Amino acid sequence: MPGAQPVPDSTKGRYDLPAKTAANDTPVIEMRGITKRFLDNVANDQIDFTLHAGEICALLGENGAGKTTLMNVLFGYYSFDEGSISVRGEQVALASPKDAIANGIGMIHQHFTLVPTQTVLENIVIATRDEKRFFLNLKGARKKLLDIQKQFGLYVDPDTRVWTLSIGQQQKVEILKALYRNSSVLIMDEPTAVLAPQETVELFKTLRVLAEEGRSVIFISHKLHEVMEISDRVVVLRNGKVVNQKRTADTDVKELANMMVGREVLERIERQVVEPGEPVLEVNDLNVLNDKGLEAVKNFTLTVRRGEILGIAGVSGNGQTEMCEVLFGVRGAETGTVSVGGQPLRLGHPLSSVRSGLARIPEDRIHMGLLMDMTVEDNLQLENHWTGRFARNGLRKFDEIAANSQTLITDYSIKTDGKDAPAKSLSGGNLQKIILARELSSEPEVVLASQPTRGLDVGATEYIHQRMVEEKVRGAGVVLVSDDLDEVMGLSDRIIVMYEGEIMGEVAGSGADREQIGLWMTGVKS
Amino acid sequence: MIGEILSVTFITGLIGAMMRMATPIIFAMLGEIITERAGVLNLGIEGIMLMGAMTGFLVTLSTGSLWTGVFAAALVGMVFALIMAVLVVYLGLSQHVSGLGITLFATGLAMFIYRLYFGSPTVPPIVKPFSRIEIPLLSKIPILGQGLFHHYSLTYIAVLLIPAVAILLYKTKVGLKIRTVGENPFAADTVGVNVNLTRTLCLVAGGALMGIGGAFLTLAHQNMFLLDVIGGRGWVAVAMVIFGNWDPVKGAIGALLFGLVDGLQLRLQGLGLHVSFDIFLMIPYVITIIALIGVSRRASVPAALLQPYRREDKGG
Repeated sequence: MPGAQPVPDSTKGRYDLPAKTAANDTPVIEMRGITKRFLDNVANDQIDFTLHAGEICALLGENGAGKTTLMNVLFGYYSFDEGSISVRGEQVALASPKDAIANGIGMIHQHFTLVPTQTVLENIVIATRDEKRFFLNLKGARKKLLDIQKQFGLYVDPDTRVWTLSIGQQQKVEILKALYRNSSVLIMDEPTAVLAPQETVELFKTLRVLAEEGRSVIFISHKLHEVMEISDRVVVLRNGKVVNQKRTADTDVKELANMMVGREVLERIERQVVEPGEPVLEVNDLNVLNDKGLEAVKNFTLTVRRGEILGIAGVSGNGQTEMCEVLFGVRGAETGTVSVGGQPLRLGHPLSSVRSGLARIPEDRIHMGLLMDMTVEDNLQLENHWTGRFARNGLRKFDEIAANSQTLITDYSIKTDGKDAPAKSLSGGNLQKIILARELSSEPEVVLASQPTRGLDVGATEYIHQRMVEEKVRGAGVVLVSDDLDEVMGLSDRIIVMYEGEIMGEVAGSGADREQIGLWMTGVKS
Repeated sequence: MIGEILSVTFITGLIGAMMRMATPIIFAMLGEIITERAGVLNLGIEGIMLMGAMTGFLVTLSTGSLWTGVFAAALVGMVFALIMAVLVVYLGLSQHVSGLGITLFATGLAMFIYRLYFGSPTVPPIVKPFSRIEIPLLSKIPILGQGLFHHYSLTYIAVLLIPAVAILLYKTKVGLKIRTVGENPFAADTVGVNVNLTRTLCLVAGGALMGIGGAFLTLAHQNMFLLDVIGGRGWVAVAMVIFGNWDPVKGAIGALLFGLVDGLQLRLQGLGLHVSFDIFLMIPYVITIIALIGVSRRASVPAALLQPYRREDKGG
């Protein structure tokens, strides 16, 4: 029965899919020759993709390879230019998410689609259109939700407001939302990006339960070991095309990496051991409130010495952002002191941070680090346009500025049409290089990099890691804040873990125990 | 003087005035709440109320039917809200600029149409306004009865609309959709809710209420149309939305408070104090500002207010 919706069996309170019959061997999803263009940019080029019932299929590729675009096409969120899509053997027109939902396709986006001020139940109920009633049937909805929770072992209190939930729990709500609509195909866009290792383990358990129940999962990722662990089949995308697909059992990490990047990938950057010098960044008993006026950072004390990289691991949203903002000078603190190179900072005064010799690499490079409508040159000048080198009596010295821009563009190999090109014309990796050039060219004493490689491709990531190590060897104290545990473990000489604004523990970087760090990330003290 | 204020007639009269003065604000505020809960700020409110007041008056004058006037006012409110929807929902223009533009346009248009019909008459034309209805039994309650249960039918409707809008927002599927569209339109879109249609319908429903709020002033509260008949009540309604934290019941409390102070200043003027009446006229607005300062810092604005929604689909 093509296109049929799975029917809930009310007698058992279970939400089962139609029984598999011999004739039911057609793929659940069949995408043929999908082409999607954004203006002159081809995001998906003649992509064929099939998915069978009970299958976990990984969609692997670098940022910009076209994975998310392809899935947004399948979810009806994007229109497509060429190709066709069949669901259970029957060609369908997916003009909006509504159509996709009606065909049993559910998508869990990287950025969750929950309303923080509403309860879990309200967030889930909005997903349904089965009952033709005017009033909300919260009682019936709660019963159905509890049944689903029991069936899949996904427990979240229906009456909690979503903003109080951890990211891992919010993800469960998203999965429940899809199950509540009885989605037989679940698209998950980089679901592990925001999770601690233990939460990832739990998610994988859930996905296996779903597959056993006959549902199919499309798992978008660029993390190779996760793809190896969870998927039955891997489809590799590069530059908008399918470069290869294999059964997971028939491949390995190295082969996948080469397929994904299109060349041999360097192994992890070698740890260069430098004898650490005197302390250069000292943070003492910092207490910080977040925007809601709640404690975000609690009794935070930290010393970083010259010639070391201190990694700060943790699931994002555990006070890292607020801590960095205080050091950057854009957020005040309730109590505490910060000194850079022995000089105390005036907290809440950005200029004080700039002048202290602190290189600031913010996590939100587009909104905080750069002015996208201004030129590359202006962006390189943001923090020193008033200095004697670049201005006299308030008038800018354009020859000096131009020469400096050219030098930095060359030194940091920033790919741009020139110093006068607008920042928004550059790729993510090159935008980050503008920030690095601006911040590092003054040979800072401390480098504070927050999520420096988030959303960047393998090449740019390698470059940035290389730069961080160079800064350390030069004798700067480097702080690396990242929710990518592999990155923290690969680069750091020491690692601390933040959870709910507190330091849960500290370990040496070499030979750090992943399991232990994972426990700290989820708040388990030991 | 104290004795006059504490007299039964004074208190009964004050309660009645509170209800009357609050009526147009309640209509407009409920309209604005529905609109803002879907993520659109409609600053056209003041102009839409004036158009409602003018249209209601004009239609009643020519048809002789008060309810036809009210209906016409609602209709004209819907039309102006629809213009607003085209500008901010579908074209994604600034909600502030578009709303103020609608107000300027509607204000000019209302005066223009009035002049077109009547020129500049020395004696302004009048209608026979709504008469007040006494609710049997309840209106006999001492002190309160005459204050609460002897009103225009529009006032009763306004009071009944308060719980109705609250139930709509919190207890129905439509309400959940409206709230989700105003908090996270992307989330609404991914579950198949038509974000822009929802916003348009909310604007239109809100516009109808604003129009009726305006018509109350020319068909019940007064019996003639003057250019300053709204007198900033639209802006007060916007303030009451914030005061009430986007909740119909709390917003209505604010509207009643405004009505109370408005009624009080009228009566204080009548006591023959040697103070310029302008000072008294200011009081309700000053109180509104003070109340806003106290309350608005805790306000929880619908997260997607002011943000137009478009899919990030740049292709064909």
